[in-house]
Amino acid sequence: MARETKRRSNGRRSPWAAAALIGIGLLITGGAYAGASAAMAAGTDTAVASGLTVDDGKKLFQANCATCHGLNLEGSTTGPSLYGVGELAVEFQVSTGRMPLQATAPQAPQKPAQFTEEQILAMAAYVQSQAPGPTFPSEQTLDGEGDVARGAELFRVNCAMCHNVAAAGGALTEGKYAPALGTTSALHMYGAMVTGPQNMPVFNDLTLTTEDKRDIISALLFLQQNESPGGFSLGSLGPVSEGLFIWIFGIGGLIAITVWITAKSN
Amino acid sequence: MAHEDDPLEHERASWNPSPGLAVAVSDPVEPPALPPHRERVTDKDPVAMKHAVRTVYTLFYLSVAASIWAIAAYMLFPIESGAIVDIRNNNMFVGLGIGLALLAIGIAAIHWSKAIMSDKEHIEPRHATRGRDTTRAAAVQAFSDANDDSGFGRRVVIRNSMIAAVVASLAPAVVLFRGLAPENTPANPIAGDPVALLEETMWTAGMRLVHDPEGTPIRAADVTLGSAVHVIPESLAELGHAEGYLEQKAKAIVLVMRLLPEDLIESPEKADWSYEGIVAYSKVCTHVGCPVALYEQQTHHLLCPCHQSQFDVTDAAKVIFGPAARPLPQLPITIDDEGYLIARSGFTEPVGPSFWERH
Repeated sequence: MARETKRRSNGRRSPWAAAALIGIGLLITGGAYAGASAAMAAGTDTAVASGLTVDDGKKLFQANCATCHGLNLEGSTTGPSLYGVGELAVEFQVSTGRMPLQATAPQAPQKPAQFTEEQILAMAAYVQSQAPGPTFPSEQTLDGEGDVARGAELFRVNCAMCHNVAAAGGALTEGKYAPALGTTSALHMYGAMVTGPQNMPVFNDLTLTTEDKRDIISALLFLQQNESPGGFSLGSLGPVSEGLFIWIFGIGGLIAITVWITAKSN
Repeated sequence: MAHEDDPLEHERASWNPSPGLAVAVSDPVEPPALPPHRERVTDKDPVAMKHAVRTVYTLFYLSVAASIWAIAAYMLFPIESGAIVDIRNNNMFVGLGIGLALLAIGIAAIHWSKAIMSDKEHIEPRHATRGRDTTRAAAVQAFSDANDDSGFGRRVVIRNSMIAAVVASLAPAVVLFRGLAPENTPANPIAGDPVALLEETMWTAGMRLVHDPEGTPIRAADVTLGSAVHVIPESLAELGHAEGYLEQKAKAIVLVMRLLPEDLIESPEKADWSYEGIVAYSKVCTHVGCPVALYEQQTHHLLCPCHQSQFDVTDAAKVIFGPAARPLPQLPITIDDEGYLIARSGFTEPVGPSFWERH
């Protein structure tokens, strides 16, 4: 009988038609975009030359950095001079994406790097050649095989007040901050200590010897690789996050249980 | 007992208004009676009751299983290899077992009492709280008799001398407990003087500034522009924990920073307290005593993380924000003949938070 058949002989659309149409449209456009960007990425890979020189670094610098830092590293009203910052500072700033700075702010934020590893090294070599400064450390300094306990004590004395004792980062004044170090590479840890980016103090090799720095890097790498022994660390922010968690979920749960206990059973 | 011969006592109003009140209420508001008894679903539906019973004993058996799991987890996840993940796993699984065991007992017990046990209301009559007049009179009489027999109220001299003796017997305890406080000794001549202890630090003239915690001395040339060096007195580095290391360190910590000499605003009498742009300030906040070590190299501000007091290093560490009332004390420094940084003298004012005798 007409009532029992599910056929829509009068031509009405199924309720699922709209959802199906949107789904197919999304799949088509998404697939097309993924295919196009994959083709583009493959295309650019083959076009990059291997082994960039100091001259290439100079061209990259003049194209991307000179508007603020001057054609001869002398600086301008919008950017400080780069005399003596060295290849270490250039590698740190550009590889973490802080440079090129895109907007003025209390602090240059970390963002995706805009250059490849080779381009960064070329620019660093150029800056180093113009006015020498701190250089890359030896492999041994970054190997993470130093004294972790001693490194942790040095970190506590010199670094933990800004970066938090578990390297989870901390706030400074007026919008500045010390970033969390959970994903920082050993080279960037070394670079930040030696060059003192923005408001971070400078820890030269006489304040913290190379061995001290190796120990600190080892301690931080240990923290990165080992989970917190107490379980869910809630961002290692200490009493604030733990208090928030227990007051909302813990006390909330206890209140809910109390209400359940005293409510009349239905 | 006096109330046994009055069987209707609990039904009598406990308070009878005396005649002469302005408002005589003829139909007072009756206290609300119990709401009508509402049947639970477990009383109405035997299937629901069976379901509730099944839930309760399942929860109790689950608790047994969880307790066994806690014991098994203790053996299955030993803390042996030294890896931190071992501690994590052991804590988590043993804790889940014990926690679930206790929680299941609690939930099962509450569910049993709410859904299965009888929920008929009972009324228990209660005696009026005010005693009968005869009882009250007898109590007053008992006290009066005791007073007469003991003579406590009559013999005033005995009573007053007893009170004096009891109070005086507490006085030796007060004085003797005060004697537990530290006293001045030849080895530590200010140990019993809290004001002197707060005023003095280990810094003296000629004391070398050394790195915290290793104790290596610092050359002036080592402190480059923008550096922040954490410093303790040389003799502190050799002190043991049993000799008061932490107590002394809490007063003696200092932060050394280097600025461009032209950036420093110095008063003429303190001009020689810095050395070529190197300045040393006490690290103990003048608010409540946290170490102020968050140095912002470009703004030359020091931030205390506890209550966010900010100090301007270019201007004698004066307070530019926050609850601190006084600038950080400055340690006068210079160099010795080998180029190492030394203190010209100790601090010229007490470090750290305010105290009554400070001025």
